[in-house]
Amino acid sequence: MKIAIPSEGTTLESIVNQSFGRTHYFIVVDSDTLQFKVIDNQAASAQGGAGIKAAQAVVDSGAEIVITFHCGQNAADVLKAAGIKIMKAVTGSVFEVVQKYKNGELMELMEIHPGYHNHGGV
Amino acid sequence: MRISVLSGKGGTGKTFISVNLAYAANDGLYIDCDVEEPNGRIFLKPELQLVEKVKVMLPTVDMDKCSGCKTCVHFCKYNALAYVKNKLLIFPELCHACGGCVMLCSNGALAETRRAIGIVEYGQSGKIKTRTGVLNTGEATGIPVIKHLLTDIPNEGLVVIDCPPGSSCAVMESIKDSDYCILVAEPTLFGVHNLSMVYKLVKLFDKPHGVIINKAIEGETVVEDYCRENEIPILMTIPYELEIGLLNSQGMLVGQKDKYFSIFNKVLQKIKKEV
Repeated sequence: MKIAIPSEGTTLESIVNQSFGRTHYFIVVDSDTLQFKVIDNQAASAQGGAGIKAAQAVVDSGAEIVITFHCGQNAADVLKAAGIKIMKAVTGSVFEVVQKYKNGELMELMEIHPGYHNHGGV
Repeated sequence: MRISVLSGKGGTGKTFISVNLAYAANDGLYIDCDVEEPNGRIFLKPELQLVEKVKVMLPTVDMDKCSGCKTCVHFCKYNALAYVKNKLLIFPELCHACGGCVMLCSNGALAETRRAIGIVEYGQSGKIKTRTGVLNTGEATGIPVIKHLLTDIPNEGLVVIDCPPGSSCAVMESIKDSDYCILVAEPTLFGVHNLSMVYKLVKLFDKPHGVIINKAIEGETVVEDYCRENEIPILMTIPYELEIGLLNSQGMLVGQKDKYFSIFNKVLQKIKKEV
């Protein structure tokens, strides 16, 4: 199972980032083998629509699950269109969060916020 | 003569100055380009004559023709497009209507449709004609509404353009064809900072300009000092007065009082001499 997690760094020991659209990196990790690749999130500096751009990168990575603290409506629309499940992150490293997911300790992310810039740009 | 009224931040008194100048002229055209918060109509209370919709381009996709190349997705700097599971997703509120995606699609899968982002209201307030731009909530940019507001402006008579706050693209669009720019400032350090931003803008556009100090308090001379250093003319100083605040908060035109009417009229005469 391929899991995408917003991350502050480029290793499994990196802390999970609080943001989805504007995270520095995504770690896309195979939950069985723990092999992973790093996506440098190009959307981090986008003027608007960061969530959409980040979600597009996650979809293109082939991830089937996203674990994140927050997710905006536009990003959720893209992820859901791709059939990606969104789980709520807990504080810790990417590795710890993956373990918690495997142990069934994580919940599905229910609150999708309407976006931080309700105008979406400018 | 077209006069634009601008300031570096909201709440400084652009609309206050604009509507009272229009009232003092008792003629001409008042245009509210502050399309996110068009408040001029609260004071001028125009009788509504015509409403026009402002529409912009929005792409629409024919998935039968789409090859999934994602050229459009990568092109869109506003991230209004995503391609997921053989489907192109379009986010209308992020689209800036540039049309680039349609232009670049080599399969002819994208076409242009139109969608409304706001309205322009045409009205009459006594002898003053009014135009009010209203941008729909959540839209990315008000510039198409401002462009619509500023088309077919009569060459004769006074035109007062009440600008959006700040010094962004929307303000540039509002002042670009103006003959004169009034910079409204508050007598605080914050006010000076905001004034310096719009001052740089009107210098860049090479527009004749002058400052009106609003809510002036005796002894607070930071704006005067800034104007003296940069040789910017001060057109008028409006005191920080309870009476003005009360009238304004009730949606009244302070120019209806003789003592204020004469100050606004003097400003108009000063500007007329300069242009």
